[in-house]
Amino acid sequence: MSEPILKVENLKTQFFTEEGTVRAVDGISFEVNEGELVGLVGESGAGKSVATSSIMRLVEDPGEIVGGTVTYKGKKLIDFEEGPDGELRRSSEMLSNEQMRKQIRGKEIAIIFQDPMEALNPVFKVGAQLREFIEINRDVSGKEAKRIAVDMLREVGIPEPEKRYDSYPHQFSGGMRQRVIIAMALACEPDLIIADEPTTALDVTVEGQILDLVDELQQKYDTSFVWVTHDLGVVAEICDRVNVMYLGEIIEQADVDDLFHKTRHPYTEALLDSIPRPDQSVDELNPIKGVMPEAINPPSGCRFHTRCPDARTVCREVHPAYQDVSDPGEARHMVSCVKYENVGYDDAEPLETEATGAFGGGLVEARGDGQ
Amino acid sequence: MATTTGSSLDADESGPEQPEARVGLRYTLSQVKRDPTALVGLGIIVFMTLVALVGFVDGVLFDFLGDFDTFANMGVHQYVLAETFWVNPVNDPGNAQILRPPVYLTNQLYPNEAGTWAHPLGTDHRGRDILVRLFYGTRIAITVGIVSTGIALILGTLVGAVAGYYGGWIDDALMRGSETLYAIPFLILVIAFMTAFGQKLTYAMIGVGIATIPTFARLIRSRVLSVREEDFIEAARAAGVRDRDIILRHVVPNSFAPVLVQATLQIGVNILIIAGLSFLGYGAQPPTPSWGQMLSNSRQYMLPNAWFSIWPGIAILITVVGFNLIGDGLRDALDPRINN
Repeated sequence: MSEPILKVENLKTQFFTEEGTVRAVDGISFEVNEGELVGLVGESGAGKSVATSSIMRLVEDPGEIVGGTVTYKGKKLIDFEEGPDGELRRSSEMLSNEQMRKQIRGKEIAIIFQDPMEALNPVFKVGAQLREFIEINRDVSGKEAKRIAVDMLREVGIPEPEKRYDSYPHQFSGGMRQRVIIAMALACEPDLIIADEPTTALDVTVEGQILDLVDELQQKYDTSFVWVTHDLGVVAEICDRVNVMYLGEIIEQADVDDLFHKTRHPYTEALLDSIPRPDQSVDELNPIKGVMPEAINPPSGCRFHTRCPDARTVCREVHPAYQDVSDPGEARHMVSCVKYENVGYDDAEPLETEATGAFGGGLVEARGDGQ
Repeated sequence: MATTTGSSLDADESGPEQPEARVGLRYTLSQVKRDPTALVGLGIIVFMTLVALVGFVDGVLFDFLGDFDTFANMGVHQYVLAETFWVNPVNDPGNAQILRPPVYLTNQLYPNEAGTWAHPLGTDHRGRDILVRLFYGTRIAITVGIVSTGIALILGTLVGAVAGYYGGWIDDALMRGSETLYAIPFLILVIAFMTAFGQKLTYAMIGVGIATIPTFARLIRSRVLSVREEDFIEAARAAGVRDRDIILRHVVPNSFAPVLVQATLQIGVNILIIAGLSFLGYGAQPPTPSWGQMLSNSRQYMLPNAWFSIWPGIAILITVVGFNLIGDGLRDALDPRINN
């Protein structure tokens, strides 16, 4: 297998706030191969968006990337090394901000943002914005850039692109705007597109059209995607491989079919239980109990143990390792859950959690812990 | 009800019909046109600007061209327009009829002799026609208003946008610096500036411009603080756009509406301030006609001819009101909440 085009290893991003350090992304690792559509799934607040902006090094104060390595086609977007005093510092291989801007952003990696209503500058004609991005990232004349821009608008299915080139963003509907944004991302011919919940703000019919469009364009241009979403339906439809995030960590990673049919992690199971599925009919959906804890002070041991239906005492003490649990001959299936480790899960006492006990059980338990 | 549901359903298939563009100069002007008071303001300003332009051509350009033989032979010299189309020479030292009242009126000096159409607004203490001097004073008023505001607008926008966009110590340094300017009494600051550099009109404009930088810097900074959090700024950064281009092309245009309104209002204020400076002797120097200086001169002749001070006062009033009306109109036109 060839080298993945994007390799994220142990990436850590923290926000230094007055209340304490928020460990928004806490040591995630994943890869994207050429032409692959990789999903990044999780609840709100799991750190998905922070992870994507960390890859582009767009994290703003008070956030800071504090560790890990991100390699894109052999270039180190993020790389740390240990200094003589033991402190981590940026390594010499890590690209400078200038290099990031000139070589990577837009040109190699593009981002599609969540809300198409917000991601276009309202005072510029869409054509002018598209053209600006093309002129920055591709070495073409203004006239040529305009031609490419009109072509791209046609490509993403905008009727009468020559005419719409001179329209303002507010003259487009949400779906049309998202098409423009996809055109912007594709126009600079990047090899990787990070899509940050691009269809969340759209209604379902438009979402379907956009997903079809992305599928079609992905095959045509052979672009790799990192698709951030909280919608497992979307994941099932377009992704090749999926990473499930919970509270700053990736807790399960598998091919999309394996994830849905050979689910290993209780959190992923709970996620799947909480959405309607065509292959199972249930009378009542079973949502995940409780809310995600604060990332400032994450639960000890396994971070999901406070809401996990399978939690046992050992989950509170041992932080599960992220390991391959696939059967021999199968594709890699990474999970971090103590169930699959030999640390005494089977012998441990069941733990009363929000998921197992009565409502509020988690709170009682938390109070007991404090004493 | 039925119609609204229908239109929202087929909204996505946006055909050739597009909703009216609600940004841009043309749209703003069309909004202003619907507002009668703003139209009055616009009318005043257009008129004053035309007068100022004629005054500039006649008083400055022709003076300059008159130095060349070719033009001098064609009869071009300073105030040639006024002398051709006006019965009164602009600077006539031989005119003995000083402090004449306006037409049909009398004053203490001429109790039995009403003013005539030869000097419709009367004459000043040197016998010069007040109407002509008002006419040429417009050039100074409009120029100083626009230039001083322009200086403040450009520098203030830069300072405020850079401070707001970068935040942190850059923000602190720039904003504390401009607040220091705010802390010094305005007139004292400008007068100190002119004392240091020279009592010329140019320095009055620059001084007033610099002293009003904080107004614009604060205004645009407050807008930039919210605009920089918008997704399209993030999108531009993710596409590799330079900070400079992000500020100039994406941040500033989206933060500019309140600044534009403030600028039109500020032009009026600055005209007043510089008229005040001229009154104190810190503006245009004689014999260049300026409204503030006319007011200043008229102080000693209030009793014999009060109209000498009333006319420039009215001219200043009308101009400032004109800029204020257009400023209010622009504010309404640019405010999306009022637009609906």
